[in-house]
Order: sequence, then C-alpha cells, then structure tokens
Amino acid sequence: MTNRRPPLYLLIPAGAALALVLVPIAGLLQHVPWHTLLTQVTSDQVLTALRLSLVCSVLAVVVALVLGVPLAWMLARTTFPGKAMVRAVVTLPLVLPPVVGGVALLFAFGAHGFAGEALAHLGVTLPFTTAGAVLAETFVAMPFLVIAVEAGIRQADVRYEEAAATLGAGAWMRFWRVTVPLIAPSLAAGAALTWARALGEFGATITFAGNLPGTTQTMPLAVYVALESNTDGAIALSLVLLVVSLGILLGLRHRWLGVRV
Amino acid sequence: MLVLLATAGAGCDNPSATHTNGGGGDRAADPLTGKLTVLAAASLTDAFEHARTALLATHPGLAITNSFAGSQTLVTQVENGAPADVIATADTATMQRLVADGLVDVPRVFARNRLEIVVAPGNPKHVSGLADLGRGNLKVVLEDPSVPAGRYGRQALQRRGTTVRPVSLPLDVRSELLAVEQGNADAGIVYVTDVSSAGAAVSGVPIPDSENVIATYPVAVVRATTNRDAAQAFVDALLDGAGRQALVALGFVAP
Repeated sequence: MTNRRPPLYLLIPAGAALALVLVPIAGLLQHVPWHTLLTQVTSDQVLTALRLSLVCSVLAVVVALVLGVPLAWMLARTTFPGKAMVRAVVTLPLVLPPVVGGVALLFAFGAHGFAGEALAHLGVTLPFTTAGAVLAETFVAMPFLVIAVEAGIRQADVRYEEAAATLGAGAWMRFWRVTVPLIAPSLAAGAALTWARALGEFGATITFAGNLPGTTQTMPLAVYVALESNTDGAIALSLVLLVVSLGILLGLRHRWLGVRV
Repeated sequence: MLVLLATAGAGCDNPSATHTNGGGGDRAADPLTGKLTVLAAASLTDAFEHARTALLATHPGLAITNSFAGSQTLVTQVENGAPADVIATADTATMQRLVADGLVDVPRVFARNRLEIVVAPGNPKHVSGLADLGRGNLKVVLEDPSVPAGRYGRQALQRRGTTVRPVSLPLDVRSELLAVEQGNADAGIVYVTDVSSAGAAVSGVPIPDSENVIATYPVAVVRATTNRDAAQAFVDALLDGAGRQALVALGFVAP
C-alpha cells in the first residue's frame, strides 16, 4: 500500500533522523584522501590489521555458531526454570558498554581472575593474545546470533521435527537434517550480523586483549591508533570498515530487516 | 531531500540563538565565575584534580571540569574545536602542533616527570633495570609510540641499548598500569608519579639518570576560550609556589 504525501510533522523529524546518520558519514567521505587512498589501504599496517580482523571476526562467528545455536534451540524449544533470566543475561552484551565487557573479561580471565587462574594451570593465557581478541569479539557479538536463530527456530514448524522423529530420525539427525535447513535464512542473517559486529568491535578488545599490531590490533583499534598519528590513514581505514558494514546490511536487507523495498 | 535538511537545520537554529545572551551577564565581587574546561594528559590525573580543588577553594564561583586522555587525543580535540579553556600535554612536541596552528597562547612548562619501571608489588620477577625488560620470559607493556610516554620509554631503552618485544601497546599510562596491577603484564615503563599514585598495587624500579628521559609538561590557554580570566588563573596557580609544591609532593620535578 502506498501512502499519500506524508505530513510535514512526520517528514521533518524523519529527515532529521536520516541526517543524523548521513551527516557524519558525509563528514568522513569529505575528508577521504582519494589520491593516496590506495597506498593507505594497502600499507603494511592496514593489511596486517585487516588480516587480523578477518581471522578474529570469522573465528568469533564460528565460536558463536558452535555455542550460540544450541543455546538458541534451548531458548526456543525447551522450558526450564529461569529461562527469561537466561535470555536477559545472554543478550546483556548487546546493551552493555563494550569497555565494561572488556573490564569484566579482564577481571575474570586475567592473570588474577578466577577463570584466568584456572586456565593458567592449563597453560592458556588470554589477555594480550589473539585468542583474547576472539573471546572479546565473541562476547560482544554472540547475542546477535542467539536472537536471530532463536526467532528462526520459533518460526520453524515443530511438526517437521516431529514427523522426522516418527520416521526414526535421532535427535542429532533431526537437528542437522530438519531444523538447520529450516532455519538456514535466520542462521545466515545471524551469522552475518555477528560477523559485522565482531569486525567493528573496539572497546572490549582494547581493554581485554590490548593493542599490538598483528596480534590484537584489529581494524577499529588501528583506526583509533592512526587517528593519533596519521589522520589520512585513519580515514582510509574507516572507509574500508564503512564499505564492508554497508555491504553486509545491503546484502541482508530482505532477511533481517524483513522489509521488501 | 536537501530542502528537507535545510528546513530541519533552520528549525534548530532559532531556539539556540535566544540562549547565547544568557551566559556572560552577572559578575560578582569575584571576577572568576562560570565554566572552565581543562584538558590534561592522563598522567596528570591526580595533579590536576588537586589543582582543581585548590582553585575552587579560592574561587567557589567557578565550575571546573577536568578531562583526561592521551596528549595526542587532546590535541586532536582542540584542533577540531572542542570547547576547552586550558590544555596541558605530556610533551612539548604535541603542544607545538597547537602553537603552530595558532590555537593556543604561548605554552609554559609547569612540571617535569621522570620515567620509572613499573612491576608487580614486591618485584617478583626481579627486574633490576631497563636491560631486564629485554628478557624473553618477561611480559612487557610499552605505550604506543604515538603517545609521549611511549616515545620517552623507547628513547630510554635505546640509551640502554635494550630491545623489547612488548605484548601490548596501550594508548595511555593508566591502561599500562592496569595491565601490571592485574598481573597480565610483568613490567612497563611509566612516569614516577604513576607509580606513586598507584600506591601498594605496584612497585617501581628506578631508572638511573644516564638512561632516564625527562618528560616536560607544558600548559597553555586555548585561544578560543570563553573564560580567559579563569583559564589564566588556572595556569598561574599551577606555576605559583603552592601549585609547584603540590606537584612536587605528587612526585613531579619542578620545571
């Protein structure tokens, strides 16, 4: 259904809302050093950060899938005491300032933290390591996956799984051959959003994993560091992140946003 | 779309125009009133909180806000028009950027600071000097070279002839202290004042004069200040006898 011309009292705030997002982006684009862009984007520092960002964010998605999908299934298909509480806790990183997440990770998994001390006995250290950066990104981004997949499982007709069960399929087979194909769209959307969020993670990473090129200095950290010394480099890096993020959202516009344009 | 944005912008302008007259009016016996925003390097946290309290004691009409960050960040903020009245950095090079752009008055050096090695309380890894930071089994954090403390630390290591492979390059001194306090790093190079302000949470290992690099702290009034008298008073208070004494008590070296 197409509306008539929208009233001015809606049009003005709606335009302002759009401007709120577009104006900063325009400011960034205005300062892009187009003539040196290629050299900036292909410099060693940028490529190192880009490579590390890709490795960390993909690993974060893998961890989120392995842990988050079963959790989403539990939330969608089972009842247990305190389920509302569990859901609130799992989605907490969505609203928690990432720096707070980083501090919390530090106090838990740091050398003096209870989890960190336990891991130290196994010879595992997380702060200032790439594994720590993956953990920080997973912590912040996994809720996107859990929420998307839980919604997908809820919408999937449970009778397909029941039919498979009557045909003798075990729980493992039902999950892989029936549930997963049914929820494939939300799985893809959840994974893509998780990846985008992990790619952009800054606060938890710098607080918990630190800042070392090639080990924990991901793209957003490289942007921040470059801002201190090489503004053009920072803008070039920002542009790369902007293009990637926009690409993901455009690719997802049907699935996640549920809007057909 | 453009028309729409222009309309929205014009709509916003009108109410703010009526507000601009409100600020400067009323001047009581104490000429120093109003807001004062002070940007200062992270290593000045304790010193400037002290200076703020001291100035407020004599000029209760002032509302002073301190904002702490790495010197580079502060300079970038002023360059981009952040509303600040006073800025103090941890080196003259960063301040020089603002001087060159004509954004600040002539800076004055109000304090100096020595470097020290920070280690866990009691120095469990037996670090005795800069040379030990090159040991392979020691986790060392060094400030990023874009931060003054990072540059000074590297200069000191160079003088000693030691190569260090840090595990992280934090962007301010406080993050570096936290890494050592929390046991995630064994050692770092910070200012003497940072070690003393951290109290029992860390220990310090002195760096001899022949290897030490002395940090120089300049302070300047921001040209765009809307409260010049108060800004100048803050700077003067840092440099007068009492201000200097307070800085020395925190471990700074008089300029």
